Amino acid sequence: MSLKGKDIVSIRDLSKGEILEILNHAKEMIPVAKGKKKLKLLEGKILASLFFEPSTRTRLSFETAMHRLGGSVIGFADPSITSLRKGENIVDTIRMADAYSDVIVIRHPKEGTARMAAEFAEAPVINAGDGAGRHPTQCLLDLFTILMEKGKLEGMKVVLLGDLKYGRTVHSLAYALALFGAELVFVSPESLRMPKEIVEDCIELGVEPVSTTDLEKAIRDADVLYVTRIQKERFPDPTEYSRVIGSYKVDMNLLKHAKEDLIVMHPLPRIDEISPEVDKTRHAVYFKQAFNGVPVRMSILSKVLGG
Amino acid sequence: MKKELKIPRIKDGTVIDHITAGQALKVLRILGIPEGTKSIVSVAMYVKSKKMGKKDIVKVENRELDPEEVNKIALIAPKATINIIRDYKVAKKFRVHVPDEIVGIVRCPNPNCISNSEEPIESRFVVVRRDPLVIKCYYCERKPDNIADNII
Repeated sequence: MSLKGKDIVSIRDLSKGEILEILNHAKEMIPVAKGKKKLKLLEGKILASLFFEPSTRTRLSFETAMHRLGGSVIGFADPSITSLRKGENIVDTIRMADAYSDVIVIRHPKEGTARMAAEFAEAPVINAGDGAGRHPTQCLLDLFTILMEKGKLEGMKVVLLGDLKYGRTVHSLAYALALFGAELVFVSPESLRMPKEIVEDCIELGVEPVSTTDLEKAIRDADVLYVTRIQKERFPDPTEYSRVIGSYKVDMNLLKHAKEDLIVMHPLPRIDEISPEVDKTRHAVYFKQAFNGVPVRMSILSKVLGG
Repeated sequence: MKKELKIPRIKDGTVIDHITAGQALKVLRILGIPEGTKSIVSVAMYVKSKKMGKKDIVKVENRELDPEEVNKIALIAPKATINIIRDYKVAKKFRVHVPDEIVGIVRCPNPNCISNSEEPIESRFVVVRRDPLVIKCYYCERKPDNIADNII
């Protein structure tokens, strides 16, 4: 199996075997990601980092990953300084980046942009988030975090909490967890429930997710609690927002009901859905999760570049 | 029982049979009929059918459908049959066929999809399921609830 030259636009572009190949390789990358070991696997290679939308973790971890492996990075984090401002279309920008680099990482607010980029570029294209659409590398680092903390994915009881309707990370993650046979519980306000088609995808993969609004009950025997931010702007009524946000706060009081080895994850940035007192507990793995973006993206880059 | 003919035979043109019951008017809309047409068009809806229970039939005089138009019909009436009539006889008969990929026919209902922007690409859908027909945008992966309303 070779991932050389492969575009990674959606987690669905990868088979179970390919996902495992990336995750296993990422384990080997940890000492390199921490700067404890040198590995010039991608020396002479150039990554085009095209961020048409702001990003902190994703962009910085991709760029760190490339530098740690001896490669270099070109690109932009603010499209207003590029020719796009002069009216150039995205396809022409992609063609140019393709000519200058060996691999393209792209984030854009419009859904489907990475797929379009993959059609026009010869170099492999990695989607770093397209609108409310897909974000496969986030999904891979989430899987990696569960694997590192729990040792396996199969049979894990995972509670996905928050905005399950619009949150792009939870859609890919639900699919991928179902692919690996995890048990899924979706906890959200009624108005932000997991879309029907994602639930259907899980069922097709042999996993019957449970949807509930009762968080306390859901976390009792859970192995993983995956928290996402509920965005205020999704609510037409601010009082409804305050009610919802209050009922889904992850704090010490809630964690009293959890198993000792429950891990709490969050794709960050968080606002106030996880109380800072949780940070010091062994439940909290969200900062480790953010670090895991580096070894996982190192693994992805070296695999698609055939390094 | 004597066979009852709801609509008279036509001399030249196209008969679209086995249209999903209730979809005939949408078929006409897809074909751009009756706007600007000089043809005589007959429509029968909710006609009894052995195969389908109920079906719609459309007869268009003096017009032979081309394959691209046929594919468009297939999106809302996947079981339809097309009969090309010449001098009262069936000159050609074929079933509509939903292609594996639908390019440039259906608009993605997602306003934030890149296929609805000023980029040099055409709308593109892949067929997920044929019966009932489910299609998915190649770019943003959105599945339109109502295909007929999104036909370009």
